[in-house]
Amino acid sequence: MNPKKVDKAAIAVLYVLAALIVLILASLLAFILIRGIPQFSWEFFTQPAKTFEEGGGIIIQLFNSFYMLLITLLISTPVALGAAIYLSEYAPQNALTDFIRTAIEVLSSLPSIVVGLFGYLIFVIQWGFGFSILSGSLALMIFNLPLLTRTIEDALRAIPGAQREAGLALGLSRWETVTRIVLPAAMPGILTGVILSAGRIFGEAAALIYTAGQSAPALDFTNWNPRSISSPLNIMRPAETLAVHIWKVNSEGIMPDGAEISAGASAILILAVLLFNLLARYLGRKLQQKLTSA
Amino acid sequence: MAVRPIETDVTKTSIKKLPENLTGVISTEDLHVYYGDFEAIKGVSLEFPKNQITALIGPSGSAKSTYLRSLNRMNDEIKGAKVTGKILYKGRDINASDVDVYSVRKQIGMVFQRPNPFSKSIYENIAFALKRHGIKDKNVLDEAVETSLKQAALWDQVKDRLHESAIGMSGGQQQRLCIARAIALKPDVLLLDEPASALDPISTAQVEETLLELKENYSIVIVPHNMQQASRISDYTAFFHLGNVLEYDETRTVFTRPAIQATEDYVSGHYG
Amino acid sequence: MEQIKDTQPTRSTKRNQERFGKTISLIATLLIVLVVLSILFFVLSRGLRTFTQHDVSVLDFFAGTEWRPGETDDAGNALVGALPMIVGSFVVTLLSALLATPVSIGAAVFMTEVSPKAGKKILQPAIELLVGIPSVVYGFIGLTVVVPFVRQLVGGTGFGMLAGTLVLFVMILPTTTSMAVDALNAVPRHYREASFAMGGTRWQTIYRVVLRAAMPGLLTAIVFGMARAFGEALAVQMVIGNAPVLPDSFTTPASTLTSILTMNMGNTVFGTLENDVLWSLASILLVMSLVFNIVTRWIGKKGAIKG
Repeated sequence: MNPKKVDKAAIAVLYVLAALIVLILASLLAFILIRGIPQFSWEFFTQPAKTFEEGGGIIIQLFNSFYMLLITLLISTPVALGAAIYLSEYAPQNALTDFIRTAIEVLSSLPSIVVGLFGYLIFVIQWGFGFSILSGSLALMIFNLPLLTRTIEDALRAIPGAQREAGLALGLSRWETVTRIVLPAAMPGILTGVILSAGRIFGEAAALIYTAGQSAPALDFTNWNPRSISSPLNIMRPAETLAVHIWKVNSEGIMPDGAEISAGASAILILAVLLFNLLARYLGRKLQQKLTSA
Repeated sequence: MAVRPIETDVTKTSIKKLPENLTGVISTEDLHVYYGDFEAIKGVSLEFPKNQITALIGPSGSAKSTYLRSLNRMNDEIKGAKVTGKILYKGRDINASDVDVYSVRKQIGMVFQRPNPFSKSIYENIAFALKRHGIKDKNVLDEAVETSLKQAALWDQVKDRLHESAIGMSGGQQQRLCIARAIALKPDVLLLDEPASALDPISTAQVEETLLELKENYSIVIVPHNMQQASRISDYTAFFHLGNVLEYDETRTVFTRPAIQATEDYVSGHYG
Repeated sequence: MEQIKDTQPTRSTKRNQERFGKTISLIATLLIVLVVLSILFFVLSRGLRTFTQHDVSVLDFFAGTEWRPGETDDAGNALVGALPMIVGSFVVTLLSALLATPVSIGAAVFMTEVSPKAGKKILQPAIELLVGIPSVVYGFIGLTVVVPFVRQLVGGTGFGMLAGTLVLFVMILPTTTSMAVDALNAVPRHYREASFAMGGTRWQTIYRVVLRAAMPGLLTAIVFGMARAFGEALAVQMVIGNAPVLPDSFTTPASTLTSILTMNMGNTVFGTLENDVLWSLASILLVMSLVFNIVTRWIGKKGAIKG
């Protein structure tokens, strides 16, 4: 065959492969949304789940997902921020820094089930937190730290060195320069990173099944005493999230309308991830505009 | 005329102490700067006069900027850089390790090659460092902002938009804001590292004018953008070459009757 | 005189600030390192108990095919052969990578070499979206679409390594594709121009020049995809059938390390062999993730020398 014909054939194959990816995405989205969105109803969003009969909702799981997301971000952002500041501003070029970077890389590549099992061993059993929002959030923090640290570090590094020089030359400490000049300037990038990590946290299940547990005890949404076991705010209660719920419903297979509930819950997960994506872009851009035009 | 090799024998140079009628403000004794194994500054001893503008000239690679940056310990911030020798300021060696570098930099201000205003408002660009150094009184801050902007010849242009972002200003305005930001701290000495190199001719002229007015209150050491700039604004000139100072004298003398051939070659444009 | 006093170290609040900032940010960093070291230590030390506390022979564990923790054979040896899970994990990982490699590299080539415009407008956002889809959703789709499909195609239950492979293939596709795109974009423009100038066709340029120059990056992309497939738990667990046996076909129930871990960790008593042997499986996962890490580093180094 002559080169021209080979060329044509090869390019045609490339078109097919590219189309395949688009087709896969389109059919996944179509499947989830077409099966899922019809499940959306007032009951679906406001009722607790039912195990053996039809018509249960996901209110508790949905609340748990958001609540655990919030707590995870609250505890992981300061740590990631601190580590990112150290790595971008203070870390000398030596063996210790190399070691730290390797460790973070290793953590980012650990399977989330291993992180979950570690959380089970330490938080649930050793520290006695039991299956709880606290154990789950700590496991999610570990899962989230490496990527969040790297995104924040990248955002800090993107701020020109001249900004740091300016601060230092005015007799400010490096810490002041970083926290009050570099950090505010890097905020759009940091915010984008945090929101994108929120999408990952929201959909994570493997790290949670043995830390936050697989049950969702009834909640009394009028009880805001964080010590009470039925209070939504209690961080020591077991809390099945939406993602865990999908897994649980399907692997147990005793809920009669399990497939419908899962489809609805999957649609929520995907819409949430989409929302986080759009929000990250929108807020990042908005903040950038505000910074440069204020 | 054929290009002659530059004179590099340091022993033939004519480094002078300042004349009796001038007081020094800051000086170095046998200052060396190393980047790792590389010796960038090879033992420079200079004394800078009070309320005068001193220019550091020399071909690129002569480490003028490196020298300038060591005067307020900015080289501390570069990984792998080491500065030895003495930097005498107010009777103290400020190169000593127990000296508070933050206080040194407050008193010896610096303006950089590229304008680097903070992405904050014009007002905040100046008030920010003052606040961080403990000034809380709004009236004092307002006044400091106004005074320094006036000294930097920027007040009239920005007084109505003090709370707009500094990023929207022109390059020349940004650089004068950086000068205002530095002098708001009321330093003794102002170090300027090619402050006009990123600016157009008109902005350059404005910055130069500002500097000439500032020398009444400040002692200025500048790495000029080119030799013309050095001859236009400076009173004293030091000629740097490969990490050494080969000649140091009144600017007029350096440019018209240099003591050594190397200087003459350089200022007449036969080299570098 | 007052300003001279100013330079005295004793008064410096800035120095204290600096020390505070440096310390606190170092503590945050070391906290992450501590977490990593404790994960390695605790998981591996529990995993080793199978051999040190319960005297299971290493050979029986790695080569044994009978997985019935709690039971013993006639000679009194515990039946904790992990070979079915090890084989299951490796097979689904390799097969899914084998499927994903041509598709993702092909799509990446399309995006960078054939039609960058369509790549940026359609494929890029598609891939970003696919990356964001949670793995349980992949599992759910696997369960409701892929498993019945396999069942219709070949009969049986539909659960098995084929279903697992297909789910993992779709799951790792976005990761490998976006990394392959990065690798191809890193190939300097003039490589291509040189090839075109010598009369090479588009495909010749891609095949002989671009793909070759991007090889280390493409390999890294595939290894990353494999690491992700190997460690994925729930999506696989939902479709593979979870039978801890060496399957005779791709369409009979099988299991992976992650699927057995997911199923059984909650049903065993802490400190017993049944529990510790699960930690041994987790240790294999951990070690393999280190291995994938080392391999990508090694490829990176090799590629760097060449390029």
